[in-house]
Amino acid sequence: MTNLPVLTLIMLVPLLGALVILLIPREREDAIKTVAATASFISLLLSLVVFLSYDRQAGGFQFREKTTWIPEFGIGYHVGVDGFSAPLLVLTGIVMFSAVLVSWRSAERPREYFAFLLLLVAGVFGSFMALDIFLLLIFYELVLFPVYVLIAGWGSKRREYAAMKLTIYLFVGSLVAIIGLLVLYFQAGRSFDWFELQAGIRSLPPEQSVQLQRTWFLPVFVGFGVLASLWPLHNWSPDGYAAAPTAVSMLHGGVLKATGAYCGLRIGIQLMPEGAKFWMPVIVFLCMAGLIYAALIAFRQTDLKYIIGFSSVSHLGLVLLGLAALNELGFNGAGLELFAGGVMTGLMFALVGMIYERAHIRDVTQLSGLARTMPLAAVGFVIGSLTLMGMPGLPGFPAELQIFMGLWQASTTPSAMFSGATNGWYAVVVVASVIVIVINAAWTLRVAARIYFSEPQHPELQSLPPLDALEKTAIVLMCATLIIVGVLPNTVMSVVSAGVQAIVKGLTAAG
Amino acid sequence: MDLLNTNLLSVITFLPLVGMLLVLATPADQTKLIKWGSIAFSLIPLALSIVAWVGYDQARGGYQYVESFEWFPQINSVYKVGVDGISLPLVVLTCFLTPLAMIFSLSIEKNPKAYFALFLLLQTTILGVFVALDLIVFFLFYEVSLVPMYFLISQWGGANRRYASFKFILYTMFASLGMLLAIQVIGLASKSFDITYLETELGRPFTGNNQVNYFGWDPTVWKAIAFIAFSIAFALKIPIWPLHTWLPDAHTEAPTGGSMMLAGVLLKLGGYGFFRLVMPLFPDVFSQPVLPDLSVFGAPFTYGVLLALLAFLSILLGAFAAWGQNDFKRLVAYSSINHMGFVSLGIASAAAALAPNATVREIDATIAGSGAVLQMVTHGLSSAAMFALVGVVYERAHTRDLTKYGGLWTIMPIYGAVLIFCAMGSLGLPGLSGFVSEFMVTRGAWSVHTLLTILSMAGLLITGIYILKAIQKVLHGPLGEEWRHHPLPDMNFAEILGIAPLMGAMLVLGVWPALALNVINVGVQGLLR
Repeated sequence: MTNLPVLTLIMLVPLLGALVILLIPREREDAIKTVAATASFISLLLSLVVFLSYDRQAGGFQFREKTTWIPEFGIGYHVGVDGFSAPLLVLTGIVMFSAVLVSWRSAERPREYFAFLLLLVAGVFGSFMALDIFLLLIFYELVLFPVYVLIAGWGSKRREYAAMKLTIYLFVGSLVAIIGLLVLYFQAGRSFDWFELQAGIRSLPPEQSVQLQRTWFLPVFVGFGVLASLWPLHNWSPDGYAAAPTAVSMLHGGVLKATGAYCGLRIGIQLMPEGAKFWMPVIVFLCMAGLIYAALIAFRQTDLKYIIGFSSVSHLGLVLLGLAALNELGFNGAGLELFAGGVMTGLMFALVGMIYERAHIRDVTQLSGLARTMPLAAVGFVIGSLTLMGMPGLPGFPAELQIFMGLWQASTTPSAMFSGATNGWYAVVVVASVIVIVINAAWTLRVAARIYFSEPQHPELQSLPPLDALEKTAIVLMCATLIIVGVLPNTVMSVVSAGVQAIVKGLTAAG
Repeated sequence: MDLLNTNLLSVITFLPLVGMLLVLATPADQTKLIKWGSIAFSLIPLALSIVAWVGYDQARGGYQYVESFEWFPQINSVYKVGVDGISLPLVVLTCFLTPLAMIFSLSIEKNPKAYFALFLLLQTTILGVFVALDLIVFFLFYEVSLVPMYFLISQWGGANRRYASFKFILYTMFASLGMLLAIQVIGLASKSFDITYLETELGRPFTGNNQVNYFGWDPTVWKAIAFIAFSIAFALKIPIWPLHTWLPDAHTEAPTGGSMMLAGVLLKLGGYGFFRLVMPLFPDVFSQPVLPDLSVFGAPFTYGVLLALLAFLSILLGAFAAWGQNDFKRLVAYSSINHMGFVSLGIASAAAALAPNATVREIDATIAGSGAVLQMVTHGLSSAAMFALVGVVYERAHTRDLTKYGGLWTIMPIYGAVLIFCAMGSLGLPGLSGFVSEFMVTRGAWSVHTLLTILSMAGLLITGIYILKAIQKVLHGPLGEEWRHHPLPDMNFAEILGIAPLMGAMLVLGVWPALALNVINVGVQGLLR
């Protein structure tokens, strides 16, 4: 088992799946869909294997594979996962598999659709496992192209505008990050390998190192942060998700944004801890503003997809807050929130998609009594909403709990990692963010009550076709994940905390 | 069977959840199976809770049946459960009321599968609060109990159910926010969420090594803030005036079975919270003045006095509001505020003995505290009975308007007799359980908050007025117009089956209160020490 390049397989299977699909004649739709489902299922299983066999005692990076590639430029093929990224592989697997199931019936031109979807997810898997910055950037950019095509080609109204806006924002963001990364490359040893880069930065003379980190942390973190919908650079997200087809919204809101946050940690914080310490108060402020802003806007929105889109901005804001606490509790919470929020967002977009495919309505005011025609979807929406509002028993609660405790701690205790100043006002951030939870509770309950549990006021909605077996499977898969992780948080936390402990140890040694 | 020996409380708590899964697996058209099956299934936790009661070692006292499992080690939270003399009666009460509330839900026609599944889930979450010995586990069950109750009201409730259920869940969640923040801070400072540890000198939050000084504020300020945060959360739940406004709507709009659980058990989560968390974790704050140098009638205006004042207002104003009602169900809803006011008064009096240099006699504080716990039990019985009886007449008459009733005694004699019995139980007639608890609270509070206790007894007078008003309007006088030609059927076998245990319990505890008080006393004494 240890000899098998599991991680490369996880990334390669969807890629091969895409190639296979492109070879299948256009009319053989069922064959195409089966290949897509099989490829995503295999990746899901393999990612579960990686997650379950991750050695919690040892922690750190495991399942590493390294081969030389372009040694003249210090580029190698180096992949591996630690406790923080292993759950993210599972997240991607779950959301992708569910996305394929949910799109089975409704995808038009399935050959191109599923090929691009598989290409997209291969890029996402690659981003989570790449330990060579160049490789990571390749995967990162590999994602942008299919997203643009999928939204522009298969989206709903205003799709060209949304696709263009999304791609430009994300591309510019990644450019800014790339510039910072190139500076690091040139200054710290001309290697793209993550480990060598980290060692290179540490081996610089202290003043130069601190200067380098402080200057370039912000561009890199914010550049990746655009993808994580860091306020106020989140503007691409609501329009993008609203226009995107269901599977893309699921993947994008649940998983792609996670890539942005993940890179913020892996590349921003871990490579440039001095810069992180210096700039994090700014990030904290932006996250808090974003949380409040997103919650308030979602309250007034009537388009279901915009509502869920803003809720994903909210959940990523929490993740970034957790990272910004710069302590073990905060990182733990961020890791769990990435997983939980990702599944939740995938679930919510799937449910909205199920309504839209049948009724072609996304306006909350025109929907009512849907619990009668799709009761399982109603239950799923309730579980998703409860996760969003941090209801205990679902994973949003333990995630937020740790994030907020991390911020409390950061407000008085100098982080073990950095003997830096404390930020007393973080305590205010906690209080403000907790209030956001109630705002979220208010609007999600209102939406759920209105569209599912109200008396039917639109008779044509009562004759909509019910959910098919594949859609039900997707809902059950995502809901079961949420409930299990919510009731037994240690299932995911044992892995996340093992990874985080190693991260913290590494940063303490340096700082 | 070994599971019962080692994990009795977890079995009791999660058995209703198993029942919920069984209900969900049953086909939806098997309504009789679902309904009667749920009732029968819920007798098992009842039997087990009585086993726990009988097996509780009164001589030893303290927490018993304690279980501890690793659950969330990253934040030092453990799945820890146990009961003492305060929580065990409430566990038995919950297990006792659930099958009875289900009996009064037999007439549910819309989607009974979902109804009974939610009901069983509700039972698990409430039991979880009473047995939890870890702050995170406590908070988890406390919040989750809102979800099934919200759906029970919003899906099966009365005309105004959307508004009532929404208000119920949002108000309670909002009030719990402060408590959540306080819990986070406590967990960080004391490095543990274990209630048994936090009660000790070493672990007590905001004292000794566990002080916090965010923003550079004095640690005692943070202690007071956390105290207030916890108190607000529980005060809203009990409810204490002025945080009571969610209750009349929620109780009135809930379906009969839901109201019985809501008034019978859910309100007790608030009172229990004071006993389990606020009093042990913040024993000296009750004797702290709310504002420095503030005194009323020569005595410092402490948090305990504030609580007693609000308790008195709940008693008096709740009674007046009930008196003014023309909606039978709303009258009973306000009576809950009135009766739970005595619980708050008892808490305020018992807490006065917690401070290190308290002048209150321990005997008074113990009587007041035991009275408050007993009042929670007796009010659970009497309010459940009253809501059941409101439901009985509503189902037949399809109105709750007291002015439309009248003279029902002549056509529903059994109902009349039962109503008078239960109403007297609610009123606190000696011989029935309500009297014992109210007497104990006033007896214990007398020496601690004399003036407020005297004034509260005026509230008892109003209690008598509104109860008698209800009886008079429903049963006596000329027969209402509409019933002359469409006589209402009397109580049927199932309803009598449901109400009889409540009546029996009210009588038994009324003439033999030691049955419950022996255990309660052990718990309260342990708390006050």
